[in-house]
Formats: sequence, C-alpha cells, structure tokens
Amino acid sequence: MADTILEVRNLKKYFKTARGTLHAVDDVSFTIERGKTLGIVGESGCGKSTTGRAILRLLEPTDGKVFFNGIDITSLSNFKMRQMRREMQIIFQDPFSSLDPRKTVSQTIAEPIIENRLLKDKKAIEARVHELMDTVGLAQRLVNSYPHELDGGRRQRIGIARALAMEPKFIVCDEPVSALDVSIQAQILNLLQELKEKMGLTFIFITHDLSVVNHFADEIAVMYLGQLIEKAPTEELFDHPVHPYTRALLSAIPIPEVGIERPERILLKGEISSPIDPPEECRFAKRCIYTCETCRKSCPKLLEASPGHFVSCHLWKDFM
Amino acid sequence: MAEQKDMVLEMENLNVKFVLEEETVEAVNGISLHMRTGETLGLVGETGAGKTTTALSILKLIDSPPGVLECDRMEVCGQDVLKMTTSELEHIRGSLVSMIFQDPMTSLNPVFTVGQQIAESLERHENLNKNDAWKKAEDMLELVGIPRERAIEYPHQFSGGMKQRVIIAIALACSPRLLIADEPTTALDVTIQAQILHLMKELKEKRNTSVIMITHDLGIVAETCDRVAVMYAGRIIETGNLDEVFNHTKHPYTEGLFNSLPNIKKRKHKLQPIHGLMPDPTNLPKGCAFAPRCNYATEACKERRPELMGFGGTHQAACLAYEQAGFHIERGKTNG
Amino acid sequence: MAKTMEQTTERKARGQVAEIWHQFSRNKGAMVGSFIVLVIAFIAIFADVLLDYDTQVVGQNVAERLQWPSAAHWFGTDELGRDIFFRILYGTRFSCSVGLVAVSIGLVIGVTLGAIAGFFGGALEEVIMRSTDILSAVPNMLMAIVIVSVLGQSIWNLMLAVGITSVPQFVRITRAAVLTVRNQEYVEASKAIGLTNGKIIFKHILPNCLSPIIVQATLRVASAIISASSLSFLGLGVPAPAPEWGSLLSGGRKYIRDYSYMTLFPGLAIMITVLALNMMGDGLRDSLDPKLKK
Repeated sequence: MADTILEVRNLKKYFKTARGTLHAVDDVSFTIERGKTLGIVGESGCGKSTTGRAILRLLEPTDGKVFFNGIDITSLSNFKMRQMRREMQIIFQDPFSSLDPRKTVSQTIAEPIIENRLLKDKKAIEARVHELMDTVGLAQRLVNSYPHELDGGRRQRIGIARALAMEPKFIVCDEPVSALDVSIQAQILNLLQELKEKMGLTFIFITHDLSVVNHFADEIAVMYLGQLIEKAPTEELFDHPVHPYTRALLSAIPIPEVGIERPERILLKGEISSPIDPPEECRFAKRCIYTCETCRKSCPKLLEASPGHFVSCHLWKDFM
Repeated sequence: MAEQKDMVLEMENLNVKFVLEEETVEAVNGISLHMRTGETLGLVGETGAGKTTTALSILKLIDSPPGVLECDRMEVCGQDVLKMTTSELEHIRGSLVSMIFQDPMTSLNPVFTVGQQIAESLERHENLNKNDAWKKAEDMLELVGIPRERAIEYPHQFSGGMKQRVIIAIALACSPRLLIADEPTTALDVTIQAQILHLMKELKEKRNTSVIMITHDLGIVAETCDRVAVMYAGRIIETGNLDEVFNHTKHPYTEGLFNSLPNIKKRKHKLQPIHGLMPDPTNLPKGCAFAPRCNYATEACKERRPELMGFGGTHQAACLAYEQAGFHIERGKTNG
Repeated sequence: MAKTMEQTTERKARGQVAEIWHQFSRNKGAMVGSFIVLVIAFIAIFADVLLDYDTQVVGQNVAERLQWPSAAHWFGTDELGRDIFFRILYGTRFSCSVGLVAVSIGLVIGVTLGAIAGFFGGALEEVIMRSTDILSAVPNMLMAIVIVSVLGQSIWNLMLAVGITSVPQFVRITRAAVLTVRNQEYVEASKAIGLTNGKIIFKHILPNCLSPIIVQATLRVASAIISASSLSFLGLGVPAPAPEWGSLLSGGRKYIRDYSYMTLFPGLAIMITVLALNMMGDGLRDSLDPKLKK
C-alpha cells in the first residue's frame, strides 16, 4: 500500500446563485502519495481553484470527505482545523493581492509563527524570519520593505516563505506563476522544485498551463466543468492522452520552436458550457467531435483504462 | 509573400518618455520598425519592455503630457503620421491602422449591441448609411464565426472568446492595412486561444493585412509570425526571421528567454531562469540594459550601449560580445 | 509600475509607532492641524484655570452690552455685556467634548456593526443594514430630540444622542470598505495560516479600511458640534447660560445685521477646529498608508 498523504473522496462544492445551483466541483475523488506532486490542469471555470480551496476548507465543501494523514478533516471543529492548517498550506496566484499592503515583509512572514505560538522569543522569531527569507532567496535588506515596493517574483517569494513558516507537509499551489513574466516564472518554478526536494513536501499544483506542470508534476489530473476527466502519471498523460478534451488541450499549446513538425491541432468548437445546473450528460458532449447517443444520455464515470491511468469517457476504448 | 514592395509601416528611431513629477520613465528608446504588406511581425518582451507603448505610438495614442513622443520618421502606407492633425489621425485610426487590445472584457461598450459597435466605425470611415453599415456589420460577425442574428445582442451575452471575435470584427471592419494585436489571447484559455489565432491567421491571409502581434509568448510567435523583434528595456535587442532568431539565437537575453521557457517537448530539462530583474525604466543603466543580468557581460558592456549589428540576412542583434572574434552562445551552438 | 521594480536602499527598522510618527511629522499640514488641536485641547482642559466662570463667562454687565471688538473685549460683547472671547474660550470645553465624544460613540458602534455586516454577510448583514436604514430614515434632529427627551437633559445624553445619529454613516462606510477588502486574497491567506475571524478583521481588514473611516470621522466632528448646538438652541442641550459654541452662534443670529461679530467669531472657532481636525486626520490617514511612504 502506497503512503497516501491526502485522499479526496467525492468532493463537491456547489454555490447557490440567482439562476440555479453552480456546480463548481462535482464529485471529484483522488489520492496523492507523500512527496509527490499532483498537477491539476484545466481552463478557467473548470473548478480547479475551488477544489484546492475546498481541500483546505478555505471554502467549506458541500459534500464529500478529505482525509489528511488518515484524518477526516471535513469533520474537524474550527479550532482543530486551525491547528491542522499548520500542516496544510496554500500559495496564491496573485502576488499583488495575496499580501496585506500594510504589513512589511518580516511582519507577513512572522505572522503565522506568532499566531500559532511556534516561537515565543522575539530574537528567535527574527532569526526564523531571516532563515525563511534565505530559504526562498529574499535578500535580508528587504526585511522592512512593503509589498508594493517589490516586483511580482519577490512578492511570490514572500508568499512562499509565509507558507513555509509553519513547516507544512502539504502545499496547494494555486497558479503560483501565472501572473509572472517568463524569466521570473522559471525562477519561482525552480525554487518550488528545490524546496520540494529539500523538505520532502507534497504539492498540489493548480495551473491552466500544461507546459508548466509537465516540469513539475508526477501525476496530472485534468478537470473540465467541475469534474475530473483524466488522471495519469505525467509522461503517460503527455504521450498517450485518451480523453478528447485532454488531446485538444495538449494540441492547443503553442510550441516555441521553428522548423519542427507540429502535431495536428484539434480545434474545439464553441466554449465551455454553463456550470449552472448541468444536464445529465457528458459535460464535454457539446464540444466533442466524437459525441454519440450514449454521451448525451449519461455522465461517464472515471475508470482505470490502464494501470494508473484514469479516464472518464464513454468511448475510451476507441481512443486507447 | 511580400512581393509588392509597398511598405505599410516605416518607423525610424522612436523614443517615448513619460515625464512625471519626480522622475522620467524612458519607455521606448530608439526603435525602428519596417513592415511590408501581408507580413506578420511578432513583438516579444516581458512586462515593461515597451511593447504596448511602441504600438500605441504608431497611432499617436500616447497621452501627452506626461508622454513625450520623438521620432525621426513615421509613415503609415506612405502617409506621414507625425505631421497629421488630430482629425486626420482620427481618420486613419480604425481605417488604415486598427488595434486589438488584450482584455476583451473591457474593450466593448456594455450599453451598445455588438452590431452597433461594429457599424459605428463603418459609418464613420466608409461613409455607409445606417442600413448598409448594419448589413456589413452582420457580414463581419459571420466572417469571425458568430451567427449574424447575434448582432442585436449586448456584450455581456457573449463569452470571453466570443467577445474577442467581436473585437476582431470591429478591428477588421474597415479593412485596415495594418492590424496591431496587443496580447490578443493572453486573457483567454488555450483552446479558445487556438481558435482565435486560427481565425486571425485565416483572415489575415484572406485580406492580406499586415499584423504586429504583441505577445510575451514565444510559442504564439513561432506559430503565427514571419518575423520577430525581441524587446528589452525599450529597445529591440534582436530581430530577424523566425528561423534566424529561434534556431540561430544571438542575443543572451533571447537565449535566456528560451531557456526559462517550460517546453512541452523537452520534459525533464531543468529550467535556467535569467537571474535578477528588469531594470528600472526611470534609471536605466548607462551601458547595455541587460548587462546586470547577463552571464557573458564584460566591463565594456557596463560602459557602452550596443547598437544593432547584422548577422547576415535580416538577422540583427545588439550585443557587444560579438566584437570579440569567435563568440557564440550556448543555444546557438546546440540548436543551430 | 516603474516604482515596483526594485527598492535599492534598505528601509530602516523602526517600531510601528515610530514609523507612523516619522511619516506624520513630515506632513506640514498635519503638524499645523495637530498643533491647533493640541491648543484647543489645552484650552478645554484648563478653561477653569484660565477663566473665572461666574464673573468672566456668565456674569452679565449691561453697561458694556453690544460692543464691537476692541482692546478690552477682543471679540466684542453680546447683548448681555458678556465678553465673547472668554465665552468662546470656555465654550471649547462643551463643544469639543460633545464633538469628540459623540463621534467616538458613533465610530465605535458604527465601525463594529459595519465590519460585522461586511465580513459575515448573510442574515446578520441584512438585519444590521435594514436597522441602519430605519435609523437613517428618521431625521437626525428628531431622533436626537427623542433620545434626549427620553433620557433627560444633560450633556452626556446630548453626546449620546448626537453619537447615535451618526452611527448609520459609519456603518455604511465601514461595510463598503470591508466588502472590497474582504475579497482580497490576503484575507484568505490569513485564514490559511490559522487566524480566527476576529483577528482577521482587526489585523488585516480594518487597517485596510481606515482611510474613508478617518475622513468621515473628522468631518462628523464638525456636524456633531452643529447638531449639539441646534439641540442647545432648542433647549435640549447644554443649559442656557453655558457658552456652548452652537448656542453662541444661534444667540448672535438675532443681531447678525448690526452686530455681525457675534456670529462671526463662534463660526470661526467651529471652522478652525474642524479644519485642524481634518488636516490632522488627512495626515494620520497618509502616515498609516505604507504606499505613500518615502
């Protein structure tokens, strides 16, 4: 039995809106092994960020369970949950809004240490802040700077230092590099990779950019309209994508090379349909070129197509 | 492809400064661009490189003050933009040159139907009457893949990708000679991006429009452009056709960009980021702006600003290192 | 954008208070404002020492009635021969305390309710906001009259009455500010590191809502002084002979055509106080905002 750190079972998050119930996350289940990285990929509105937040209970799940180290955290009291958050952290997408503009770098990084009473001595807290700044590659002279004085990459480093302050075991990275320029993005990706190896962290890496996760993730889960439609080890997913959506997604990425043979591009018709009260059919049926009668009748279940490769499509056998 | 020698854009030595109370932002520092009919130029660079400012300068859309625009020569289809009056400028905006902005969510006016918004520029530039303009607006919608019945709908009834199609319809309504697309797909999802890029390419070929594609994504350049100009700190530091820049990279910054790009085809190679940050545009270094981040920088680079020099064909790069005989960079060696 | 590129010099470590003071002391307007506020506070506190209440402030002297300003009576005298300068000086005590205490009451209640409504939302928000609507539907003066009549006439009840009428505005302003700040990611981030709701509100949300609240508070001091004086005029505030600025102002109203100084000087006193508080408030707001730091 593999060493499972996190298990998500039938997670659902619905929002009530004026027009009906928005199915942001609809029955998502997966597990992550300790020390591995799961990439969750999908386009805007597919529920990937909501999934990340529901796992940490930053949004209360509507239904389903989340087990962390075997403990069902969805049933914990608020008090117990606050303690559990030391182990489970999050790095946010937007380094411009995820830091309190009125707090200096050191105040931001020290806050989790002080609030959780990890260290009491002022000197020790200061030393720890310096250590964390070193870890994430922030120069000591920036200790009393305010976020607005720093660029996006540095702000993101502050966010990472804050997440690391409590020595978590598990971190949800919610699009941590999508707001950054390419050269800075690579710096942050390398930093996260280093930290993961050094501290044995487990990551969920949420992104819309498949080329980013292919560097980073051991396994990739593709989401579409609140559902997990395909999950496989990274190489397997890139080499043998099964679900028509995954294949379209992969083929849509522009490749920055000239004079190579480009794989044929699968152009999807239309756009993502509404997540409000979705009909009982395959969520992808409206855009899929292979849609048949079965697809319109029922929503496919996630099945294991080959060892470790899960896919949710009625026609998966035809695509293997 | 560019058989006719007619030039759509000739721009020599563009400088744009923003003079603020306490400081001066040097946004564009001596850029020259030349474009032929039907050509697509990719203008690549990171945030703050001056890509958008360059594009806005072509239409003289820089607010002044605080902006100060200086240019030796700027001709659009042989007409001197610098000497134009405001009303002449207004006339060429939208008819000779038009622009697509990054954010489709905010580029459309929410209180007019999309049909009205397309017809508006047709009425103004093509002197069509209301009925003809509306008919043509519907035709344009169909051209960008939206059913003509939807002309009576308002922008909020369209999704992001559809809005960007409407914006393309507006931009192309008066058959401009030059289309400036400022990060047209950055706000969109990849599958929608693929649709929009496909559409733009199709329309461009159909109408022989020249396109300046501003982007930070080298992948988009590789798939849509004929030529590329890489910008850094308000200057073009490398330019040439795709093969020259992508496969025979000369400038260390361009090399750095490629190395820091996660490439879907090379899974396990480690990213090599460019260390450091973009220079502060209010306080640019005296020498090469990239020198503080460059692995090959010498003392000379800190003192002297490199000019673009030729490498055969259309390939040019601005780097002092090539003054030493036999200098080459890693990427050029392995890929070239 | 340019500004965020790189900060090259190290910011010196200062304590929070020292840092705010450093910023505050660089703002000339704020310093002038605070100086005036300090002088006013000094006068208010030591009014008894500076003046003899019975003879100089309320003592009548019909022989010297309605005299224009002179060396003997700097601001002139009123219809009962009382020195207006002395009365204004002593009146500082009533007016400023009414203004400050009333606004403090409104501030504390209003900001608390506004923050709760904005942060928690839902039914709680509905209840708070609808009650606020009801409260603000009743004219302020009428509301104050009712409160004072029910509780009895005293300076404390006056303060309470004026304070309560200013609650709705604080609730609205705070709620609006909290709503914009609440959706920022740093609020979610502070939840993720294990902060309780109370701490999130006080450490991250309210500090980022301060600007509109401070501006509103300084402006409300002025209107509180005016409201208190209107109530005094109606006989529900500070009892008659006491030289409250509002009653001085309304007392001089009858003579405004011939003896304009009687209304001019109390008016000036109110204006200067409000202006000084405003300048101080602006400075305070700016020095609390790290984005304006140099």
